[in-house]
Amino acid sequence: MSALPQTDNQTAGGRPARRLNLRDAGWLAAPAVLLLAAVLVYPLAIIVLRSFSEPEPGLQNYIWFFGSPVNRAVLQRTFVLSGWVTLASLICAYPYAYAMTVVGKNLRLILILCVLVPFWLSGVVRTLAWVILLQDSGVINSILRGLGLSPVKLIRTQLGVVIGMTQVLLPFMILPIYSVMKGIDTRLLQAARSLGAKPWRAFLQIYVPLSLPGVYAGAIIVFILSLGFYITPALLGGPRSTMLSSLVQNQVLSLLNWGRGGAMGVVLLVATFILLAIAAPLMRQKHTQTRREK
Amino acid sequence: MNATNRTPGASIDIRKASKRYGKFVALRDLDLSIRPGEFMTLLGPSGSGKTTTLNLIAGFTEVSSGSLEIGGKSVLGLPSHKRNIGVVFQHYALFPHMSVGRNVAYPLTLRGIGRAERDGKVRHALEMVKMADFAHRYPNELSGGQQQRVALARALVFDPPLLLMDEPLGALDKKLREWLQLEIKRIHRELGTTFVYVTHDQEEALVLSDRIAVFNGGQVEQIGNGRELYDHPATLFVGRFIGESTVLRGKADIVGGDTVVSIAGTKIVASGKISGHAAPVILLRPERAVLHRPGTGVVDGENRLSGIVEEAIYVGSGSKYDIRLKDGTTAVVRSPLGAPEFAIGDTAEIAFRPGDVTLLADDASADITLT
Amino acid sequence: MQLSSRIFLGLFCLLVAILLLAPTLVVIPMSFNSNKSLAFPPAGFSWQWYDNFFTNPEWLLSLRNSFLIATVVAILATTLGTLAAFGVTRAAARTGGLLRAILITPMVVPGVVLAIGIYAVYLDTGLVGTVAGFVFAHTMLAIPFVLIAVSASLEVFDRRLETAAASLGAGKLTVFRTVTLPLILPGVLSGALFAFITSFDEIIVALFITSPYLKTLPVQIYSSITRDADPTVAAVGTLLFLATSFIIVAGLLIGMRRGRT
Repeated sequence: MSALPQTDNQTAGGRPARRLNLRDAGWLAAPAVLLLAAVLVYPLAIIVLRSFSEPEPGLQNYIWFFGSPVNRAVLQRTFVLSGWVTLASLICAYPYAYAMTVVGKNLRLILILCVLVPFWLSGVVRTLAWVILLQDSGVINSILRGLGLSPVKLIRTQLGVVIGMTQVLLPFMILPIYSVMKGIDTRLLQAARSLGAKPWRAFLQIYVPLSLPGVYAGAIIVFILSLGFYITPALLGGPRSTMLSSLVQNQVLSLLNWGRGGAMGVVLLVATFILLAIAAPLMRQKHTQTRREK
Repeated sequence: MNATNRTPGASIDIRKASKRYGKFVALRDLDLSIRPGEFMTLLGPSGSGKTTTLNLIAGFTEVSSGSLEIGGKSVLGLPSHKRNIGVVFQHYALFPHMSVGRNVAYPLTLRGIGRAERDGKVRHALEMVKMADFAHRYPNELSGGQQQRVALARALVFDPPLLLMDEPLGALDKKLREWLQLEIKRIHRELGTTFVYVTHDQEEALVLSDRIAVFNGGQVEQIGNGRELYDHPATLFVGRFIGESTVLRGKADIVGGDTVVSIAGTKIVASGKISGHAAPVILLRPERAVLHRPGTGVVDGENRLSGIVEEAIYVGSGSKYDIRLKDGTTAVVRSPLGAPEFAIGDTAEIAFRPGDVTLLADDASADITLT
Repeated sequence: MQLSSRIFLGLFCLLVAILLLAPTLVVIPMSFNSNKSLAFPPAGFSWQWYDNFFTNPEWLLSLRNSFLIATVVAILATTLGTLAAFGVTRAAARTGGLLRAILITPMVVPGVVLAIGIYAVYLDTGLVGTVAGFVFAHTMLAIPFVLIAVSASLEVFDRRLETAAASLGAGKLTVFRTVTLPLILPGVLSGALFAFITSFDEIIVALFITSPYLKTLPVQIYSSITRDADPTVAAVGTLLFLATSFIIVAGLLIGMRRGRT
């Protein structure tokens, strides 16, 4: 038996690709692309150029950067902290997103609100709130003292930075996972059970693999945003939790050393794009799920 | 999956089973016995309780009251993964992240079957549904019919004594459906497994089943083979649901053991009478009547109803006529090739013998639930 | 799911919700603190930090600047982003995918790297500390949000409606004005809202291209946190929170009304 005729997914708007077709709808994006070229591509090009040319042409800035143990430590810390933030976000987000798919309509609305409300508070103000929460006389330590436990040093520590960043980035983990989970046909779990799978086994073998595209998407977004985080570590962290962004800012604004600052920026940029290139195929849903029909 | 060492089919015994969702009663005191190796179809309109019954057998829901035995053992409280029943879903339910081969191997892996045996069984199962060449494809690369055949292989690969199918062909087009019906029938013959098949399509039920249970309003109205259901419907609902029919209503009297119904001034005699207090109605099958021009071919003892031809359709094996009677009822009559032909607007007389109709108790709900 | 795992999941979600809401829950009470301290719980009730905000010209000026810039950004980014969304969804599949990837890059480029680049360019072109400088940078940052919101609407938009309108005699622009735009309006409006908030809340680029003569609200907040560390920031945060909540809830209600009719 031959395959059924494929549904024509071009009906929504595709035209056969032709070279230099002036009527192609793609030209409508030209103004936005031009702006992007002027305020994104050109500035980044300048930074790359300066990292190789200031104060004189050569690789000196990169040799300096990778030659300094302090810089290497900051680079490593940036990645390690981002990893912790990603892990913490994932642990919080996965069950939360799952709960969003199984509860009733009203409770789901409340759970979604809890994810969105943090966005309504200005980003800088949110960091101040974490200062209030984490400081030695702050809310968390008051609660700990109230419970008869000894207070913990949180402000200006890496732990404090991870907590604050996790809160800020958690929605970026919850939403992609939720949007993938929402599309998982839970009747597949029923099918697995009819084939003899215990409930937890059906969950691990069917549900979890199907939710992975959302997990990858959330993890990569959170990790990349963490790498470039600047305000939260600057306000919540101490000298021992400096991240790469702070070093870049310091080189450029305080030391006026564009070459070295640029080289650090390029390292951060390249790391980001390598990660994206590695992760992009993971995020694609390889095997389109059988959609619910009713 | 050799025919020689197969698990024999399991019997099913459902007694006084009810299922309530809050105030809604999905199933009311259901009694249903299915013999080992039988092909039983649960037929009925949507919301009639057939899918609920299937879900009870599969263990996806539990009865509110009553008993349920599979193979002579009660399965109440037994979760679905311990029931060892194959299920084929209308929506296929193939795991999109596993290849066809891994989908079919899945129940075997769960049962800890070794690799060599597993591969053999998977190949057999896929050969049975003629999908052996597709083992490395993924579900989204298959057509609907192919997916459903893989689903069938997956549900049968672990030799369950019982296979449940919930409108498995509902999403497919007519040609494919007819072809797969024959395939399913062949597989049932080869395996001897008990098949329970849910559908709302009466033709499909007639093609496939040893017996059919007709569901309506959470109850079984009648169980029987196709011929019994068609020729001797127990209720007006069954009569109307299986095949085409004309329902004749009118004031009824009992005359000498037979029932005489007066339709638009014409007296119609039907053999026998019905018990109970409900008003009797006459159910006439389209091929049990003959059309005559007015006043011709009169035979003594035959009923005659006059009407106007409203629609005449040539159907290859003859013609199908809609005849509008004086009381407004539209009667359906099928004439074989060679019988007199009529044009729209002609006056025709419908002739049939008193013994060729079925007398049934009137039931208004039988009309409403048909959609 | 079993009862025990349900309870466990419920408790876990409660903790996550508390984590998510914690900043909001401390900022609002802190804004009414009667002490010039950030110690929690606040020591008493007073309106002085709101008073401070509304009487301090520095705060008011930065609010005005942010409002002005964000409004222009919202208009510009919505226009460019909507056009781009049409380009992305209606170009040939390959071109569309490429365009989308390009236009979304501002979301993934690390803020500080972008900021020093823009700073370098602006130093050369005299755009540091200008409204135009802020508008260009923020519009670029906001376009991805508009693009995502509008193309989501366009993807579910039934293009046969346009063909139908054309067959009834509508010209291209009339079709857009009377059929397409009204139907994708929710996407366009939420894109505009995102663009406004993106600009209004942007801090990293702003910290670099700001000048003593042109500060936006986030810059003012940042310097207030590092300099004064008083609850005025909490008052500002509360006001912004209320304003945002009001706009979003109003938008949702209007959307629901539209959805019903």
